[in-house]
Amino acid sequence: MKKNYGSKLVTWIDDRFDLTPVRNLLLHKKVPEHRHSVWYYMGGVTLFLFMVQLLTGILLLLYYRPGEDSAYESVRFIVTEVKFGWLIRNVHSWSANLLVLFAFIHMFSVFFSKAYEKPRELTWVTGFITLVFTLAFGFSGYLLPWNELAFFATKVGTDIVGVLPVIGEPLRTFLRGGEDVTGATLSRFFGIHVAILPAIFTVFLGLHLLFIQRQGMHEPESFKKLPEEKKKYIPFFPDFALKDLMLWVIVFNILIFLSLYFPWELGNKADALASAPQGIKPEWYFMFMFQTLKLLPAHVIFIEGELLGVLFFGAAGLIWMLVPFIKVKHKPNWKVQPLVLIGILAVAFIVILTILGYIL
Amino acid sequence: MKTRIFYLLFIILTASILFGFYLGDNDKNKTDQKVDNCIKCHKEIEAMPAGFSENDVHIKAYGSCAACHGGDPGTDDQEKSMSRSKGFIGVPKKNEIPKFCGKCHSNINIMRVFQPRIATDQVEQYYTSIHGKKLLAGDQNVADCASCHTAHSIMPVKDPRATVYKTQIPNTCNKCHGNSELMKKYNLQTNQLAEYSKSVHGVALLKNKDLGAPACNDCHGNHGAMPPGITSISHVCGICHTSNMEYFNSSKMAKVFQEMDYHACEQCHGNHNIEKPNDEMVGVGKESKCVDCHPEGDDGYKVSKNIYSSIISLKNNYDAANAKYLEVKQKGMNDIEIGFQLKDAKQALIQSRTLIHTFDTAQVGTKTKEGLEISNKAASLAQKEIDEYYTRRNGFAIATLAFLVFVVALYFKIKEKEKKK
Repeated sequence: MKKNYGSKLVTWIDDRFDLTPVRNLLLHKKVPEHRHSVWYYMGGVTLFLFMVQLLTGILLLLYYRPGEDSAYESVRFIVTEVKFGWLIRNVHSWSANLLVLFAFIHMFSVFFSKAYEKPRELTWVTGFITLVFTLAFGFSGYLLPWNELAFFATKVGTDIVGVLPVIGEPLRTFLRGGEDVTGATLSRFFGIHVAILPAIFTVFLGLHLLFIQRQGMHEPESFKKLPEEKKKYIPFFPDFALKDLMLWVIVFNILIFLSLYFPWELGNKADALASAPQGIKPEWYFMFMFQTLKLLPAHVIFIEGELLGVLFFGAAGLIWMLVPFIKVKHKPNWKVQPLVLIGILAVAFIVILTILGYIL
Repeated sequence: MKTRIFYLLFIILTASILFGFYLGDNDKNKTDQKVDNCIKCHKEIEAMPAGFSENDVHIKAYGSCAACHGGDPGTDDQEKSMSRSKGFIGVPKKNEIPKFCGKCHSNINIMRVFQPRIATDQVEQYYTSIHGKKLLAGDQNVADCASCHTAHSIMPVKDPRATVYKTQIPNTCNKCHGNSELMKKYNLQTNQLAEYSKSVHGVALLKNKDLGAPACNDCHGNHGAMPPGITSISHVCGICHTSNMEYFNSSKMAKVFQEMDYHACEQCHGNHNIEKPNDEMVGVGKESKCVDCHPEGDDGYKVSKNIYSSIISLKNNYDAANAKYLEVKQKGMNDIEIGFQLKDAKQALIQSRTLIHTFDTAQVGTKTKEGLEISNKAASLAQKEIDEYYTRRNGFAIATLAFLVFVVALYFKIKEKEKKK
């Protein structure tokens, strides 16, 4: 009976909007199956976590009130008085962290499987831009509870921008909405977090997903070399989608577990006149950059150490984004190809500097 | 003629300028006079007074001994500098010391230059004290200004190096009052410092460096030092313990205490060895002070028993609520409102304990009832949070189970699809 109603509804819509492209996408899209297939799910998990962010973010928006006198109080109200407010806030915070983690895993899996190569150059570029905006989401969202740690971390973070020549100072003032981190910064970050970033992010994420759907899943070299009869594919719908769903449910359960057993502390309210508390640290995903800047000497030849670090990360990010367009000669004698080596070094650099950031 | 007048004017002008320079030089000499020859010579002949400190408040202000001792510090000629004609006083005799210091300290016109609000009645007060009275009577052993403030290393009272700095006072008084040979003459005990050091006030001041805690002078006075009289004891304690004093003075016990020559607060709490009060001081137990005068069967005995019962009931209730509060905190649950409620309950407990000094069961009972209500409210809020904590965990377990069933179902569905192929 239900099925009848369902198919009737589909027919009704099909008559009016012609669902052939959707049907084609669902029925004809295939996903290769091989020993590296597990990496195909990373992007899906990242997308799922983004959806969790979107939903919990909207729910938080119902109670959150930006402002020096209301931000902290409203977050405290959310976690103490609002029904399931504690869960929504903690899921939002945990999901943000896992989102960045899975985005990084997704990016490096794509990098090492060379999925960025022709014809997927723009998928890589849009993906990288989406990751940069994800980090911007993290940075702007960190300040919103207006607690001590967030306040001083934002102060340090925006200070780093100030070292850039010429544009540094004006950019810092623009980010802060004035000379210092104040209520104006909070309003600005709130606007950026809930309006500006989602708008830009949606465009790049949309493009990223569109490119993937248009070009299908990338097949690694080893898979391509297989004779046609040995190549195994599974339909995207429902087989791959079901596996995706299974993983999403598991990730969601982990999210709730983390929120319940490891809730995010709200701490003390930000006080501009108080001295900075001990242990101000940026979010873990900024730690490797923060630690590098800390370890750099005050001056390298004639350039200020911090400026050199910022320029280095800027240049490295740009090169990383343009990786698909960089042609590196294949070295037949090399066990590890140059780009793979750079990738391994990048991962090692990020991991080691992050660990150093927490132990030093 | 005109030329002569011109020359005359020129000479007068030149002479005036030169005279001006001379005067200027002379002024400079006057400044040089501030270089004190007293200290210079006395150092050379190694005859500096014992305990001399260059940080002495008077030396720092005047730069010269002459401010107190008179004489002319500008000359290094001993005859001239220490000449009586130059106002040299020398070392004052013991009985002259209060007036010696009072020359300036009793004169507001001099003292207001240094501190506009400074008191100038120290000498006047001193002569009303036991020390001052005995000095006037010719006793050469009593304390004079220098005994407490020192003679040549006087520091402002707020300077931690001063002998009269709050934390130093007990030791300063003890220099004489701890001297058994000296005190024997006055038939006084010498254990005050030992007792005080162990008392709640002594621990607060000497160990915890709490400058709000009373030193000797806060109860006995400083320049007008006297042992407080029976009638003034509750007022002395009441300087800090205001409510206790008010309740006690307006209770029926105050009159009885006076009639029986009891020493108000001191009767139950002691004097130098005041211990931190505890609830066992009321009631009818071994440590009870009430049963000292109110044996079983006495009305006071019943009152004490009832008051104790009210206080203990609130205390136990508060402790139980506080334990739950700590559990809520430890579980990371919402403890803000419970904390506020418990602060109010604690306040009610403190007020109930203060109300003991009314010796009125009804008043204590009303306050403890109020405290019990707040404490119960806090306990119930805490219990709610603890229940919520377990509800969340149970909810998570159920959700995980549901997710697990869903995941297993999905798994079989996927497997089934794979088999079909």
